[in-house]
Amino acid sequence: MGFETFGKVSFTSETKAAAFVDYLAQGKVMGTRCKACGTAYFPPKMDCPSCPDSETEWVEITGPGKLIAYSTVHYGPAGFEDDAPYTIAVGEFGNGLHIFSRISKDIKVEEIKPGMKLKVVPIKLTGDRLSYEFQKA
Amino acid sequence: MDDVAIVGVGQSAFTRKSGVSIRELCFDAFKEAMTGLDLTNKDIDASITCSAPEYDKQRTPSGLISEYLELTPSPAFYIESVCSSSTTGLRVAYSLIKSGLHRVVAVIGFQKMSELSSRDSAERMGRGADIMWEAPFGISMPSGYAMFAQAHMAQFGTTVEQLARVRVKNASYGAKNPKATYRKEVTLEEVLTSAPVATPLKMFDACANADGASCIIVASADVAKKVSKIPIWIAGLGAATDTMSMSGRKSLTSLSCAKDAAAQAYKMAGVKPQDIDVAEVHDCFTISEILAYEDLGFAKPGEGARLVDEKQTYVDGKIPVNVDGGLLSKGHPVGATGGSQMRTIVRQLRGEATEAQVKNAEIGLVHNIGGVGQYGNVVILRR
Repeated sequence: MGFETFGKVSFTSETKAAAFVDYLAQGKVMGTRCKACGTAYFPPKMDCPSCPDSETEWVEITGPGKLIAYSTVHYGPAGFEDDAPYTIAVGEFGNGLHIFSRISKDIKVEEIKPGMKLKVVPIKLTGDRLSYEFQKA
Repeated sequence: MDDVAIVGVGQSAFTRKSGVSIRELCFDAFKEAMTGLDLTNKDIDASITCSAPEYDKQRTPSGLISEYLELTPSPAFYIESVCSSSTTGLRVAYSLIKSGLHRVVAVIGFQKMSELSSRDSAERMGRGADIMWEAPFGISMPSGYAMFAQAHMAQFGTTVEQLARVRVKNASYGAKNPKATYRKEVTLEEVLTSAPVATPLKMFDACANADGASCIIVASADVAKKVSKIPIWIAGLGAATDTMSMSGRKSLTSLSCAKDAAAQAYKMAGVKPQDIDVAEVHDCFTISEILAYEDLGFAKPGEGARLVDEKQTYVDGKIPVNVDGGLLSKGHPVGATGGSQMRTIVRQLRGEATEAQVKNAEIGLVHNIGGVGQYGNVVILRR
């Protein structure tokens, strides 16, 4: 399985980070860490330009995080028309690591509050596609 | 710093649907820029064409525009940094002249947004985000800025009414600008009741896609003094970037690329925010103008909205901003926008902005942003 099954619409098929999708299938959301300098990356990055080196390891993202910013999209771009309204968000998951995702539709829009506790959870989308979303922690 | 000057500025009308080709749009801008100059197209020894290519049908448009304006065989370059393409083009023009390689450079920006449906444009704008990690979630340009608006409101108490006041101000000037797409005043009520696009932003908080072109003629000091009655000097330039990804941003209440670019431009020009007489800022959304007030140092962080509450950014206020209607009224033909902002400031500094002239304007500033704060350019001009 390659990266083309990631998300509602994927624009990338080949990447050194394709194992990210395999981890999603196993129920894990993973970031990476440079083995040489220890820098943590999310989204995952298989290369560290500071070293510069490509010796990285996968590290599971554990929560909880907190909500920093969000917006409910009412007008989705091509490919996302039927999804709207949906809420995109950035959450902070410790040591300055930020994650961009959607907030689960199980959380009512009026319940969404800045600073609320979140966890990041792998999900299955229609058509055997995989993604992750924020749920209440 | 009297090394490089702007001698000519022009733009086509910005419209929802121009009904003409990109070459003809560029000609309109070129014609206005050359008006009154003791220069012909034969004197232009390099051209820089600027657009965002994902919206274009023409591949490598610099060759086409250079041919149509009869600028061949002078070299033609192509520059893009999405919405800030034409001020990036200006930075390159400055460098070409300062290096001595060229003496007169035309910076031509264009975009014909009507060639795509609005949803297809939105899809391309979404791909202006990180296509691997963020576009698959359905991020759009409005929702990127909407997250800044939400975070700013949560942190500083900025309100939707304050955002709406930016549109009301800019529409009041757009109504007077014969080249603007929207030439109508709007009420606070109309802004607040417009359809939601990406909360908290509504339809009237957003600028519209448009067709249009702009042109800036840049020249070395010796040429500028000869060919132009009132050369406008490039006193300061700043350019910076921030991450493509929203998750990479350290702050969601400020655009660091704008702050960095502003610091460089102020330093180079030897001026401070309070020395600026008139400014054009990149108000692709109402929140963008509030962020600009703060990032440029016109207001302290979190206090930007007060400037518009107190009408300090109106033409007779402390720091007039977007008194040509801004992107919110003019519309946003991506590659042409920075050039149009430059045109407004040059006209202000020459005292030619009859629709809304700031009295005795001597120092002006342009703030032009690409993407959701990925690229930031700040230009300071002096009469």
